[in-house]
Amino acid sequence: MGKRIAKEVSIAIADAVKLAKAEVIAAYPITPQTHIVEHLSELVANGELDAEYITVESEHSAMSAAIGAVATGARTFTSTAAQGLALMHEMLFIASAMRLPVVMVVANRALSAPISIWNDHSDIMANRDIGWIQVWAENGQEAVDLTIQAFRIAEDKNVMFPIIVNIDGFVLSHVIEPIILPDQEEVDAFLPAFKPKYKLDPRKPITMGPVGVPEIYFEAKKAQDEAFRNTPKVIKRVWKDWAKRFGREYNAVETYRMEDAEVALLIMGSLAETAMTAVDKMRDEGKKVGLVRIRLWRPFPVQEFRRAVSKVPVLAVIDRAMPPGAVNGPVATEVKAALYNAGRKPRVVNFIAGLGGRDVTVEDFEEMAERAAFYRKKRPKELYETIGVRES
Amino acid sequence: MIEVRLHGRGGQGGVTSAELIAISAINQGKYAQAFPSFGPERRGAPVMAFVRISDKRIRTREKVYNPDIVVVLDPSLPTIVNVTDGLKEDGWVILNSAKDEKTLREILGGFKGKLAVVDATKIAIEELGLPITNTTMLGAFLKATGLVDQKYLEEALEHRFGRLADKNKAAMARAIKETKIYA
Repeated sequence: MGKRIAKEVSIAIADAVKLAKAEVIAAYPITPQTHIVEHLSELVANGELDAEYITVESEHSAMSAAIGAVATGARTFTSTAAQGLALMHEMLFIASAMRLPVVMVVANRALSAPISIWNDHSDIMANRDIGWIQVWAENGQEAVDLTIQAFRIAEDKNVMFPIIVNIDGFVLSHVIEPIILPDQEEVDAFLPAFKPKYKLDPRKPITMGPVGVPEIYFEAKKAQDEAFRNTPKVIKRVWKDWAKRFGREYNAVETYRMEDAEVALLIMGSLAETAMTAVDKMRDEGKKVGLVRIRLWRPFPVQEFRRAVSKVPVLAVIDRAMPPGAVNGPVATEVKAALYNAGRKPRVVNFIAGLGGRDVTVEDFEEMAERAAFYRKKRPKELYETIGVRES
Repeated sequence: MIEVRLHGRGGQGGVTSAELIAISAINQGKYAQAFPSFGPERRGAPVMAFVRISDKRIRTREKVYNPDIVVVLDPSLPTIVNVTDGLKEDGWVILNSAKDEKTLREILGGFKGKLAVVDATKIAIEELGLPITNTTMLGAFLKATGLVDQKYLEEALEHRFGRLADKNKAAMARAIKETKIYA
């Protein structure tokens, strides 16, 4: 069993990549991802991790190099944030459509302008449809666990899709907290070597990524989406195995104190832990409040989600990205689409909170729950509401 | 749960102090969290770092608004930053200063609460040859609050500073001796 240690979450993630024995790391440093790739480059330079560390001139190149590396059958890792993820955008679709299982940690950060290095989810929300599996970590332990699991999930022959582990920039990436790093033998037993069926090899040449003429493009995209929608079977199997080996459970949708809840908060990422504190406080005061978190954001777990919220009258969905001109934030939009044709469903109220590093406090979560409770008897506004914005 | 806010200037090692407190608490079997005031590091500018220590799992990730303990690494900060902002009524202010109690309480706006003072800059210059007070102030923190064992802080210093650990341990030990408590 691994030992409980005090570690900065970014450093622990790099150590997890080392435990997974990544063979290629192609990355460009950007705040707040920097400590992850800095530590990885140290591990490679010190000979502690036998990998090729490719320093590149941009994130577009980082993703291009990662795509090339994984196509040769090398276990490949990268990490980025905000503008870096935006610059990768073009290449992200290539990795998923070509079924190349790159593992990436995104230290979620606001997109400029105004220039912000601080945490929100606008970077990843602009990348919802890239065809990558996307999961969320709420604390350092989950960041480590999900990073190790990501390699096994992505590289499974029934998956073969790239995967993003989202960790909140600064709020999670720069925190020191207790973390259990698994032992090398435990990870070796959990994670088999990457053996893709097809790979780029000069001794056995194949073509990858040829043109998709109108006669085949649509079929290729349909096949891609079907394969993508099948990935949760493997994801759940991997999580079950992880729980058996390490005693820590992971689910596509996680709930907290949802029994008899009259109002539920829904948030993704590490602020869900602050929300838990708020839920505990409100429960102590006799208020029936619960919490739902979507761990598996892509592919979206419609059935599990519907089950989780079928009995609650009001659901307050907290988005951490602005939806310019849209009815709701991206998470609320998704949630409403998932519920529209459901039998029993809650009323949905959408809050936008915590943009560009604005703190979301326990008190803010209490306020959102209170405001949401008000909509048990009244139809919510269709447009989002904001929390923590100075109006004058 | 105990919440600590550290005030320093960029480059003085306030974040390292926060980290070392959290690491020691975790190694002692407690739960702890340390994080900086997120932002670009600017040498010389006032910066903050935060620590939470608890016997139970810590879930909240909001900033520290109502600290139980405030630690100030730089003697010039109390005159330009309201270091007692949000401090709990029975909270500690732990200062690096060569000034006397009366003057300091005046600078803190008539602060009547628990005060611990050490001339950490002097100790750091004598022990380390540098006015970097982060490890010295750990001694004052330890003397005033007793929240972590010296043994675990020393281990954390050894792990962090390697061959420079002994000097830092000496600075911390002197601060434990020389910190004046006004409580």
